[in-house]
Amino acid sequence: MSTLGRYLPGESWLHRMPAGPKLLALLLAVTGVVASGTPGLIGAEVLVSAALYPAARVPLRVLGRHVRALLPFVVLILVFQGFTAGWARAVVVAGGLLASVLLAGLVTVTTRVARMLALFERLARPLDRAGVSSRRVALVLALTVRSVPLVATSWQRCRDAYTARGLGRGSWRMVVPVIVGLIRSAEALGDAITARGLDD
Amino acid sequence: MIRVEGVHHAYAERTVLRDIDLTLAEHRIGIIGANGSGKSTLARMFNGLIRPSRGRVLVDGLDTRKQHRKVHRLVGFVFPDADTQIIMPTVAEDVAIGLSRRGLSTSDIEARVSEVLGRHGLSEHRDHPAHLLSGGQKQMLALASVLVTEPEILVCDEPTTLLDLRNAGVVRRALESLPQQVILLTHHLDMLAGFDRVLVLDEGRVVCDDTPDAAIAHYLALMAS
Repeated sequence: MSTLGRYLPGESWLHRMPAGPKLLALLLAVTGVVASGTPGLIGAEVLVSAALYPAARVPLRVLGRHVRALLPFVVLILVFQGFTAGWARAVVVAGGLLASVLLAGLVTVTTRVARMLALFERLARPLDRAGVSSRRVALVLALTVRSVPLVATSWQRCRDAYTARGLGRGSWRMVVPVIVGLIRSAEALGDAITARGLDD
Repeated sequence: MIRVEGVHHAYAERTVLRDIDLTLAEHRIGIIGANGSGKSTLARMFNGLIRPSRGRVLVDGLDTRKQHRKVHRLVGFVFPDADTQIIMPTVAEDVAIGLSRRGLSTSDIEARVSEVLGRHGLSEHRDHPAHLLSGGQKQMLALASVLVTEPEILVCDEPTTLLDLRNAGVVRRALESLPQQVILLTHHLDMLAGFDRVLVLDEGRVVCDDTPDAAIAHYLALMAS
């Protein structure tokens, strides 16, 4: 299941910080991480990123979950870069990725999706003049976040149906029924949006 | 009050509603019928989700074809599968999004969301991921998300179909306590006890329009034939 939308309620300074400054700080921090050129500096940035979790009163298990989700990619990049560009460069690239994603994960768990969407709606408001509805942009983003568990559920249901009928775990044959299921869910979701007057 | 005037509806070659004329003014109205009888299509017309091929539907005098935006605000709609009604990631956010276009302040929205969540037993789940709730909780969330906007009429399309008896009872009690006009489509006939009026649909026609006891007897006879 995705970690998207996994907001963890809290009252820390990071929870209270408005979404705009928080995302700006994330942008600057990630830019700084990407611009860092030495393994020592990157190592320090990874440590600071990790230390921000307890500083924002986010449980360490959340930090552990984020690290575990990233670890295979970090190791893969580390090994690949180590053999192709040298180990110092590998540490910079892999460490930069780890620090950046940890920071982004921290922002995700301390910011309500609704606040992020409200920010994106405000940022997209100039598009209104070009005929693009900023409200719809925000709604599309909300639905994108919502669709992640919807896809996971549809996939799980289909796999269960295949397994229950003794057809193995489904593999590529599941693609069509999953897509059909998702189209039906999308139609139902569209009806719900219309019925609730959110697209008027 | 909902008026259905000469409504006929077809999906391509398939006719699903035939010559329906109704005035729905009672506080509690049930609609029953077999699968494919046209009751969901009719219910969706009350909210303006479906516009009739012929005839018209008026909600408090508003034509659903021409004034569907106003109709969406007047008529709340609860679907059978709550999962496909949830739009936002967390419980409180999903309830709040319905108020996002009402010109309310953040504190007013917070207060109304808290009140509705409390009324529907969801306060302790306010920051939980909505898609991880149980089936019964999801249906209560769907109900709360619609009721927070204070519609004048609530249309519920088989809201208990996917629920066990306990959760169906919770939804029934929640519906019983509402001050709004409620139009309930259901296969759970016991939910219609105490209703003012029940319609039976069969092959796109209203074949019975009576008290719950009489309408249910008609429906059972129809199903047995």
